Amino acid sequence: MMIPHPLLGLRDSAEFTYMGDASLMMRPEGMPDVNETDASKTEDVMAAFVEYGYLRDNVAGQHRELWFHEQGDRSWLVVTRDTNTHEILGAELARDVARAKGRSK
Amino acid sequence: MRFSGFKIIKEALRGHKGWQATWADANPKAAYDFIIIGGGGHGLATAYYLSKIYGKSNIAVLEKGWIGGGNVGRNTTIIRSNYMLDGNEPFYEMSLKLWEGLEQDLNYNAMVSQRGILNLIHSDAQRDAFIRRGNAMRLNGADADLLSTAQIKTLYPFLNTDDARFPIKGGLAQKRGGTVRHDAVAWGYARAASLRGVDIIQNCEVTGFIMAGGKCTGVETSKGPIRAQKIASCVAGSSSRLMSLAGMRLPIESHVLQAFVTEGLKPLLPGVITFGAGHFYCSQSDKGGLVFGGDIDGYNSYAQRGNLPVVEDVCEGGMAIFPNLGRVRLLRMWGGIMDMSMDGSPIIDKTGIEGLYFNGGWCYGGFKATPASGFAYAHLLATDTPHETAKAYRFDRFSRGLMIDEKGMGNQPNLH
Repeated sequence: MMIPHPLLGLRDSAEFTYMGDASLMMRPEGMPDVNETDASKTEDVMAAFVEYGYLRDNVAGQHRELWFHEQGDRSWLVVTRDTNTHEILGAELARDVARAKGRSK
Repeated sequence: MRFSGFKIIKEALRGHKGWQATWADANPKAAYDFIIIGGGGHGLATAYYLSKIYGKSNIAVLEKGWIGGGNVGRNTTIIRSNYMLDGNEPFYEMSLKLWEGLEQDLNYNAMVSQRGILNLIHSDAQRDAFIRRGNAMRLNGADADLLSTAQIKTLYPFLNTDDARFPIKGGLAQKRGGTVRHDAVAWGYARAASLRGVDIIQNCEVTGFIMAGGKCTGVETSKGPIRAQKIASCVAGSSSRLMSLAGMRLPIESHVLQAFVTEGLKPLLPGVITFGAGHFYCSQSDKGGLVFGGDIDGYNSYAQRGNLPVVEDVCEGGMAIFPNLGRVRLLRMWGGIMDMSMDGSPIIDKTGIEGLYFNGGWCYGGFKATPASGFAYAHLLATDTPHETAKAYRFDRFSRGLMIDEKGMGNQPNLH
């Protein structure tokens, strides 16, 4: 598989390390607020974190996923790929995706 | 029809006109007590034990394709019980014991061959880890032997124990491990289940679940709706896809694992060898082909085929340990899709939906688990309680922090 790196052009996927579903970028708060007294809200925070850590959509079809360019410029990409055919439909810098979602600076 | 040596001689003399179909291909009834989705090794074994051990009847096995056409026919046929953790080892040891009596139980030649499996040791750290594992195996009633370099040299004289890139410093052997003819496992269980009245329905894809009042009461299929008291998913590789129809998300990613077989050779490898340092394992089939594999490709896939970098990696591993393979030609290579779970261990459990049960997450260890998986799943379906050896294979182990992580890799499925 060749990944169209937004900065470096087509790169062999063997240069990258696969890091899972792109939704992993949106990490929920893992610890409940220390001042929270409502037990159900504390449980919600824990449940959301378990869901984040362990549950996946694992779709057959178009999948947005993280690839770390470990043997290259060490950037993180969000690659859109068809899991039925391995066809790669696009790649963005994970940084740009996160910023578009209002994350970071 | 019973198979026996006498029967074979009789049929040989009569021109083989008396053989019958191995199992009956059924059409679906409107309703069953139990529906097992997935006619692979695990699903057929579940149906068989549900009928034989737990005395249940009115059981259907639904298969999307044909019997023996899924992962039960795509694995590398190895059986073993060399696990370390308490949640795993008793289960896999039960599986190995069931393998040992399988052919007599099913009256079917599955070519169970306990030719032994050997994990090679190359470093002090690896030796420590394997001694610990061997002790854990013995504590659970399995056999394990630590072999010296000299003992390995007797078993496999062609292995380089002197100046290889990873010099062989010993090995952990399980003599009761070995290989089984994988197709015959599917056929044998199908036949035994069919003889007990289980309906095996091929070309019947489940397209949805019928829910009533929060309870699962049947399935929609390509052959129409079928009702049942209990519905059991048993489709490792496609678990997420199937369970998403019931609105469930699973602690699973689907990954592709490639396997390879060479042209037939004269006897070369008497047993199974795993070369962990090179991510390579190999055995020789009874037809003579070397059957080998290595790591998964490492990205989500449903494609049933992999890519070339892993082919290269596996073949390099093979060359590192068996340089004598250099001029052997590959006959076939293929990929299979597996449920890679978040801790590398399987799940056999009820779901949050009444009437719906789940068996999956086998990673690349599903084949050896076939008999025990069927047994434990049948136990769960019949009694609504987990089998003694499968108590740890629960969905809630992730939220309770009770992961069964043999390799200690954490929730990164492609590292298990």
